[in-house]
Amino acid sequence: MRDVFITGIGQVPVGEHWEVSLRSLAARAMLAALHQAEGLRPQALFVGNLLAPVLSHQANLAALLIDNAGLDGIEGHLVEAGEASGAAALHSAFLAIASGWVESALVVGVEKVTDYIGSGVELALAETEDADYETAQGLTLSGLAGLVMQRYLHEYGVERQALGVFPTLMHANAVHNPNAMFRKAIRREAYAKAEMISDPVNLFDMAPYADGAAAVLLSSRAAIPAGFAQPLVRISGSALVTDRLALHDRADPLAFDAARLSVERACRMAGILPGEVNLFELSDTFSIYAALSLEAAGFAPTGRAAQLAEQGEFALNGRMPINTLGGMKARGNPIGAAGVYQVLEAVLQLRGQAGANQIAHAQRALVQMLAGPASTAVTHVLERVS
Amino acid sequence: MEVPRHWRLKQQRYALVGEVCPHCEGKIFPPRDVCPHCGGEAKTPYTFSGKGTVYSYTIMHDAPAGYDENVPYTVALVKLEEGPMVTAQLTDLDEQGVQIGMPVEMVTRRIRQDGDERGLLVYGYKFRPMIAGAR
Repeated sequence: MRDVFITGIGQVPVGEHWEVSLRSLAARAMLAALHQAEGLRPQALFVGNLLAPVLSHQANLAALLIDNAGLDGIEGHLVEAGEASGAAALHSAFLAIASGWVESALVVGVEKVTDYIGSGVELALAETEDADYETAQGLTLSGLAGLVMQRYLHEYGVERQALGVFPTLMHANAVHNPNAMFRKAIRREAYAKAEMISDPVNLFDMAPYADGAAAVLLSSRAAIPAGFAQPLVRISGSALVTDRLALHDRADPLAFDAARLSVERACRMAGILPGEVNLFELSDTFSIYAALSLEAAGFAPTGRAAQLAEQGEFALNGRMPINTLGGMKARGNPIGAAGVYQVLEAVLQLRGQAGANQIAHAQRALVQMLAGPASTAVTHVLERVS
Repeated sequence: MEVPRHWRLKQQRYALVGEVCPHCEGKIFPPRDVCPHCGGEAKTPYTFSGKGTVYSYTIMHDAPAGYDENVPYTVALVKLEEGPMVTAQLTDLDEQGVQIGMPVEMVTRRIRQDGDERGLLVYGYKFRPMIAGAR
C-alpha cells in the first residue's frame, strides 16, 4: 500500500444557509480545498451524504457535484453509511490512493437540511435504523440514544446530570472556532433545566442538525510537487467496522464493539497505541455517545468517562483533548458531512493552524465518526510529517 | 407505510412470530436469514410467548411524522423470556411509570397513522405491564 497525504482542506461554516443550495455548499468546500493544493487535480471524487435523496429529491450526487464544480469527466462515487457517510467516503478515497488506482482524490461531505422543515427531518434520519423493527415503532435517533443512556445510567450508577460535562466542554471549545454554529459557552445550570427530547436525553445532549460542507484532497507522495507549501499530514491508519444494525440485536448494547475495533485496527495499521495520539476527535452526536466512545477507545474505564471529563482529562489542556474545535454539539452536526469536518479540524491541529485552541506540539490525531449507536464506526489516525 | 410491506410483516406485528434455528435451537426475533448464534440458515417459524422484562426505555417527546398522536410515548427494549430483545412501545402505563426490570406482556395496538391522504392505520405489537396473577 502507498502512503496517503492530505494536500488540501476546505469548509463552509456549519449553520442555516437558507440562501445556498446543496450543490453550491459542496462547491465552496471543494474549491477551497483545491485552492490550497497548488494545482493538484483529483482523478476521482468521493461524496459523503445521507439525506439528499429524501430532503432535496436529488440522487446521482457525485455526477452533479463534479459537473457543478467544473471537474468534468472524473470518476465519482457516493458513499452512504448513515451519519458516518463523510468518514466512510474518506476511507474509500484513502483506498483509492493507497491501492494506486488514482494519484489524487477529492472527498466532500455535504448535507443540506434546511430545505425541509418539521418532523420530516427526524423521520428521514430514522431511516438509518432498522426500518421494519426500530423506525416502525416511532423510534428516532435521539430515542436510540435515550435507550442507550437510560441503560448506562442504570448499569453504572451514573447521575443523569453527570453527562452535562460533555456539552459544556464542546461549547467551551467552539468559542474560538469561526466555523462553529454556537460560539457561546454554556453553564451547567442551563443543562440541568433543558427540556427533554427523548428522556433521559435532553436538548443539550443532542447535537443540532445543520447545513454544512467540508472537503479534503488526498494525494500520493508521487503527486506532491517539491517545495509544497502546506505542512503535510499523512493518513497512517484507516478502518471501517460495522456492528449489528438494530440495538436490540446486540449482546451488549453498551459495548460499542465497532467503535472499539475500528480504533484497534486503525492504530495497528499506524503502528501505534491509542494513547500515543495528542488529540481525539470523537462522535458526540449525543452526550452518551461521547462517553461510550471514550470508553470503547480505552481512554476511560467503563462507566467513568463523565467523571474523568469532570476532572479535566479531556479538556484542551488535559491528558487527551477531545473535539478541540467544538465537536458536533457546538460546531454543529452536518450529518453526512460531519466526518469530514472532524478530519479537517484534526488537520488544522497537526498543521499548527488551530488558532487559540492549538494543542501544543500536536503530532498525531485519532478521529472517529459513528453512525447512530456505532452501527458503523470509521476511525482514522493522522500524523504530521516532519 | 406501504401496504405490501406491512402485509408482509403481519405475522411478526400481530403474533410475534420469529424463528427457531433448526441447527442450534436458538430462538430468533426479529426473523433473519442467517442464525446469529451458529451461522446456519434460519427458516423454521416460532411463536414467542410475548412475555418479557424492560431492559431499557426512553420517553419520546419529539415524535417523527406519523407518530404524533400519542406524544409523549415510551419506547422500550424488551428482553423476551425466550432470550431475544425487541424494540416496542409501552402502553397502559399507570402513574407508577416504567422501571428497568419491570415484567411486561405483548398486546396489539395502533402504532401509526398516515394522515388523511390514504388514511392507513398501522397496528402491531406494544407491551403493557404484566397484569398480576396472569401467569
